[in-house]
Amino acid sequence: MIKTQYRELYCSSPRYWGGLASLAFIILLGLGAAFHMEHNGHFVTGMSNQIVWGLPHVFAIFLIVAASGALNVASIGSVFGGPMYKPLGRFSGLLAIGLLAGGLVVLLLDLGRPDRLIVAMTTYNFKSIFAWNIILYTGFFTIVGLYLWTMMDRKFEQYKRPVGFAAFFWRIALTTGTGSIFGFLVAREAYDAAIMAPMFIIMSFSYGLAFFIITLIAAYWWAGRTIGDLRLAKLKNLLGVFVGAVLYFAMVYHLTNLYVTQHHGVERFILLDGGIYTNMFWIGQVLIGGVIPLFLLYSPAFTTSRFAISVASLLVLIGGFFQVYVIVIGGQAYPMNLFPGKEVLSSSFYDGVVANYTPTTAEALLGIAGIAISMTLVAVGSRMLRVLPESLEDPAEGECA
Amino acid sequence: MNRLTGIRRFAGVLVGGALLLLSTGVISETAVTKGSKAAGLDSCVAPTAVMRRNHMDFLKHDRNMTVRKGIRDTQYSLAECVGCHAEKDNAGAYKPVNAEGQFCSSCHSYVAVNLSCFQCHRKTPEVKSGSGTAMKSDGPFQPESLGLLQSPDQPVLLNRDELARLHATVKGD
Amino acid sequence: MSCNSDQPDMNRREFLGKSVLAATATVVAPGVMLTVANASEEGASSAVRWGMLIDTNKCADGCTACVDACNKENGIDLMQRPAGQADEMWNAQRPQWVRKVKLRDKQTGEISNLPMMCQHCEHPPCVDVCPTGASFKRADGIVMVDRHTCIGCRYCMMACPYKARSFIHQDVAEQLTGTPRGKGCVESCNLCVGRIDAGNSTTACQDACNKDGHQAILFGDLKNPESAIAKALKAESSHQIRADLELNTGVRYTNI
Repeated sequence: MIKTQYRELYCSSPRYWGGLASLAFIILLGLGAAFHMEHNGHFVTGMSNQIVWGLPHVFAIFLIVAASGALNVASIGSVFGGPMYKPLGRFSGLLAIGLLAGGLVVLLLDLGRPDRLIVAMTTYNFKSIFAWNIILYTGFFTIVGLYLWTMMDRKFEQYKRPVGFAAFFWRIALTTGTGSIFGFLVAREAYDAAIMAPMFIIMSFSYGLAFFIITLIAAYWWAGRTIGDLRLAKLKNLLGVFVGAVLYFAMVYHLTNLYVTQHHGVERFILLDGGIYTNMFWIGQVLIGGVIPLFLLYSPAFTTSRFAISVASLLVLIGGFFQVYVIVIGGQAYPMNLFPGKEVLSSSFYDGVVANYTPTTAEALLGIAGIAISMTLVAVGSRMLRVLPESLEDPAEGECA
Repeated sequence: MNRLTGIRRFAGVLVGGALLLLSTGVISETAVTKGSKAAGLDSCVAPTAVMRRNHMDFLKHDRNMTVRKGIRDTQYSLAECVGCHAEKDNAGAYKPVNAEGQFCSSCHSYVAVNLSCFQCHRKTPEVKSGSGTAMKSDGPFQPESLGLLQSPDQPVLLNRDELARLHATVKGD
Repeated sequence: MSCNSDQPDMNRREFLGKSVLAATATVVAPGVMLTVANASEEGASSAVRWGMLIDTNKCADGCTACVDACNKENGIDLMQRPAGQADEMWNAQRPQWVRKVKLRDKQTGEISNLPMMCQHCEHPPCVDVCPTGASFKRADGIVMVDRHTCIGCRYCMMACPYKARSFIHQDVAEQLTGTPRGKGCVESCNLCVGRIDAGNSTTACQDACNKDGHQAILFGDLKNPESAIAKALKAESSHQIRADLELNTGVRYTNI
């Protein structure tokens, strides 16, 4: 078997530095937006006491969920022993760290008091799933960092499997925690469902792999290296399975809700007459994020088309973004039913009324900056560390089981 | 080298002298502003040196007592800092204690320590004109209704006399 | 190299040891002093539980006395609307500790009015979810926010079944001494905690409601069987809003 040679990502300077510079520009815009929000207060955003979590949270949750999913490729390689995935493990770890960092920056910069980060890190209420998440996030950095180390340093190779196992369980715990942030909200009808946790896990599989495929193809195109068709086909088929699974979980979630009379209102809102949220669900989540990618991934017409794979991955991400948007914003926009059997005639606080939310540019810039931070970390990391194999050509016949 | 050392020594003396001047400016003189109630008192609720050194810890400890446990007659309270140290301007209105040159900000800017209390807390003593506050005047007066302030019938503390006097002036309407 | 002694410098060790001791003393001493020098231990007691009973039959349509009194008592009326902000956004973003809600029964057409505020649950979801423990319940059942540790994550607002919490979206120029308020933290009705701690037995909203002659709000100690509220609760049937969540609210309603 040919030994995999890892090498730092080298490409022509203008291309690399140009790319970094544009990412830095996006990040700068985002930081400016965050400063604008923190300096003036959140009144400059579209968020209010009705929609308390807005676009930045959608970006943050999307990135955090994708982060744990990006680690899957490494897990398949070293925990489940998939030889085709093994050379991709290092990059997968780096991408996971990058995505999580980007997501957390957005989450932090949207806090009402980001200057109290130290309070958040030192004062814990252990009954809060949010507090557990803070521990899970910091632990994720540590464990994935160690995992990267064991994958890259031959001296510690014997620890690769146990650390890989730990990382795998940690990432499952992390996504369970993220899903439970919503699953534990008893008050709101759109949440309060145990299925949120496994649904977030399967969402993470799908988004993480889509992110992985896109960044991998982009990095190899950037550096002028080659990826074998067989390897991409494996990734592509796996993505197809995950996309299907996400659709399945979404279906189960809505079917369960539809069975409960109490939840008919919120289901009607999301599935039928919720305006933008209904459109986002059917067009964004189901069509763009599910049906079209499945067609692109499985249609015989595009068997080895890299373009089709890239487009499908991109659509999975866009659809995933809409899915998180519908969960986070749509779930809040639907009014809480405080008085069953009564209709609200008047209230100064919008009781019984679908809440309005129009995100502002600042929120969008902050969210996009989160993605840029992730991509910058990955770009710098793969330039400085040996995470990407020199070549990902398919192995010769019989070499992979 | 010798020449350099000379210059260095001179510079050292200069810097040292400047520091000495600055530090005596803080240590010997009081930071208490003239137009405030505190100017007429001998010391704070604890000896001045103790307050200078520890006021932040006292306030942090007692804020938790007040917010979490509802104990309002703590020895140290920010409302009292403000009540005592706010200076009146010529028109008789209070200046914010965190305004430039006022009691809180003068030290805090000197030692370059962020003064975050007044992001949320009131910066001037409340002038009792409205009826909406806890200290409203309709109904019988209860000493406890001074809220954060110490009530005169509490057990003897270090500076009880001064406090009682202070409270008398606060409540005297 | 002038110093070539291989022996450990005992003087130096001793000096270090003493310095450490001294440093410890200076660090610990203030804490020790605090514990001896502080005032009474009288505070919120778990022997009482503050609560409210609202008779919606007596709550008048169009009357906002309780809301106005609350805004005044807690300095909410001192807040300035950001320049150029539309009514709709201002209403969605300004703090509303108590709000008036008018309801109609879908089946019978019966109209009811009621004030809605923090229900001061025995098992408050906002306290469960708060990552830093800033959202807490006092021994006497009052649910409130410790602004000193609130990081402004708004998870409590997501968790509250009553939409009772408000986030401060802007800088606040002026506050009342008893109600600190600043940008970036969450707050809600605290049953006029300053008044209660000062020994008062009414809240601002109750006073205002009584003054207008409605007497729809009754505030008192739920645990004291002799209190007016406990007797009233025993005598007539009352409702908890979202009783299905079994939060055992401290605020109860009759006639809805």
